[in-house]
Amino acid sequence: MNFETTIGLEVHVELKTHSKIFSPSPVEFGDEPNSNTNVIDWGYPGVLPTTNKGVVHDGIMAGLALHATIEKNPHFDRKNYFYPDNPKAYQITQSEKPIAHDGWVEVEVDGQKKKIGIAEMHIEEDAGKNTHESEHSFVDLNRQGTPLIEIVSKPDITSPDEAYAYLEQLRQIVQFTGISDVKMEEGSMRVDTNISIRPVGQKEFGTKVEMKNINSFNYVKKSLEYEEQRQQRVIMSGGTIQQETRRFDETTGQTELMRVKEGSDDYRYFPEPDLPALTISQDWIDSIAKELPEPPAKRRERYVNELGITDYDAMVITQTKEMSDFFDKMIAAGAAAKLAANYLQGDVNAYMNDNQVELQDTKITPEHLATMIKLITDGTISSKMAKKVFKAITKGEEPKKFVEEKGMVQLSDPAKLQPIVDEVVAANPQSVEDFHNGKDRAIGYLVGQIMKQTHGKANPQVINKMLKDSMSK
Amino acid sequence: MTEKISEDQVKHVAELAKLKIADDQLPYFTTQLDQIIGLFETLSEVDTDGVEPTSSVTDQINVMRDDVAEDWHQRQALLDNAPDTADGYIRVPTIIDESGENE
Repeated sequence: MNFETTIGLEVHVELKTHSKIFSPSPVEFGDEPNSNTNVIDWGYPGVLPTTNKGVVHDGIMAGLALHATIEKNPHFDRKNYFYPDNPKAYQITQSEKPIAHDGWVEVEVDGQKKKIGIAEMHIEEDAGKNTHESEHSFVDLNRQGTPLIEIVSKPDITSPDEAYAYLEQLRQIVQFTGISDVKMEEGSMRVDTNISIRPVGQKEFGTKVEMKNINSFNYVKKSLEYEEQRQQRVIMSGGTIQQETRRFDETTGQTELMRVKEGSDDYRYFPEPDLPALTISQDWIDSIAKELPEPPAKRRERYVNELGITDYDAMVITQTKEMSDFFDKMIAAGAAAKLAANYLQGDVNAYMNDNQVELQDTKITPEHLATMIKLITDGTISSKMAKKVFKAITKGEEPKKFVEEKGMVQLSDPAKLQPIVDEVVAANPQSVEDFHNGKDRAIGYLVGQIMKQTHGKANPQVINKMLKDSMSK
Repeated sequence: MTEKISEDQVKHVAELAKLKIADDQLPYFTTQLDQIIGLFETLSEVDTDGVEPTSSVTDQINVMRDDVAEDWHQRQALLDNAPDTADGYIRVPTIIDESGENE
């Protein structure tokens, strides 16, 4: 029997606003427990929520970036549940009329492009955090009220690879809008999945299994792959899939049963009475559309078609908006595109990894890096010398000044190099003979000798050519 | 009297509200809730055909707050008012995670 897979993804993205969605408490991470809370966050009697305009703005922005239709009259709803991470005993979210609906994300898997639909996007509040010990649990409400956008996919995803590609594209698109850090490892992006299989040709979807809080894209893919296989085995051996929530065990790579779902959840949604209605004007939507930065897919197109770098380079550079903006500024400052791309992926990335810093938190500027690249392309410095210059750039030094002060200018003038070349050739008859016998390595030795004499300043391309000319005479 | 709510439904609602109701109390609450629902049914006499459901009862529209953070310095007062605290946390009896939705 052949099966087809249906995957749905619910992605929560934490917004980078200054204040919470329904109270002016600061949104900050890593502070003392309960320090960013007030009576509203604690759900005290008589308090009233107020809607943060920044959150509505960001919701519209995300909606536009994901090609969704913005709801002109959205409203909030109450989702009722008891759990100690939420003192109000309800979450203010959206159910009836969410901020945006019917969007899409384009993914590419094995060279095939496909649009994955987005059913809805909600703006809502996050809950607090609990830590559990044997005798007690401990509640920190700092996260309570942090704004979230929930992005619900349509059941268009048909393989774990597509799920991975969707998440990566979604992450990039949201990251480029600047509304969220979208980092799985820091919890600013969270993914819940559901997956079902059905025999090819069957109309109805199979029974879904849910998996929650999987903490990397890779684990999402692996857990879906495992679940796809498990469900097939169950059905092939005559069993039935039950509606349940499963957990992914990272050490075994398997999923295990967490709880069986009995009936549907009963959250008794109703319109939130404490918040006034919203109407979103076309003017506001238009002005937010103007703020939207150029999306990653457009940038990739431009980089490949106009700047002539490879698809792969374009993909790596558009991982984050910071990197892509940096690249654009380097190009504007006159750097060659290919070299700019190489340096970003090579030395700059290595520096960021070694020092665990983000690009924007380093002293490297696009102008400095572009200047260095221009010094390489016009032959002033060698790429070997550039290593030292790059180090200086990471300390905020101006490359041209650094090169001049250190006397690092590359020796490319044949008139100055000729006596040295002659001297080295005369002193190493064995190498010259080896060269004539077709041993190309011999030339490398001679280049090394010249480098030694010039303290590494000789232009390797120039002396290579000069050596060959001299020995071929 | 026609039954508008069953004992099973009352039990379900009590569970959702985390209330413990003894079996012998069920008929009492069922009758009460039945009467309350009856009271609200008066509303169904109003013809609402073609009327959009109301989601807000205030006449205010687009009252929003600018995204500016304020520290109201209420942490200590709130913690002082909590039944039990430890190291700045609210201390509660061990939570058995029924939902699996929370860490």
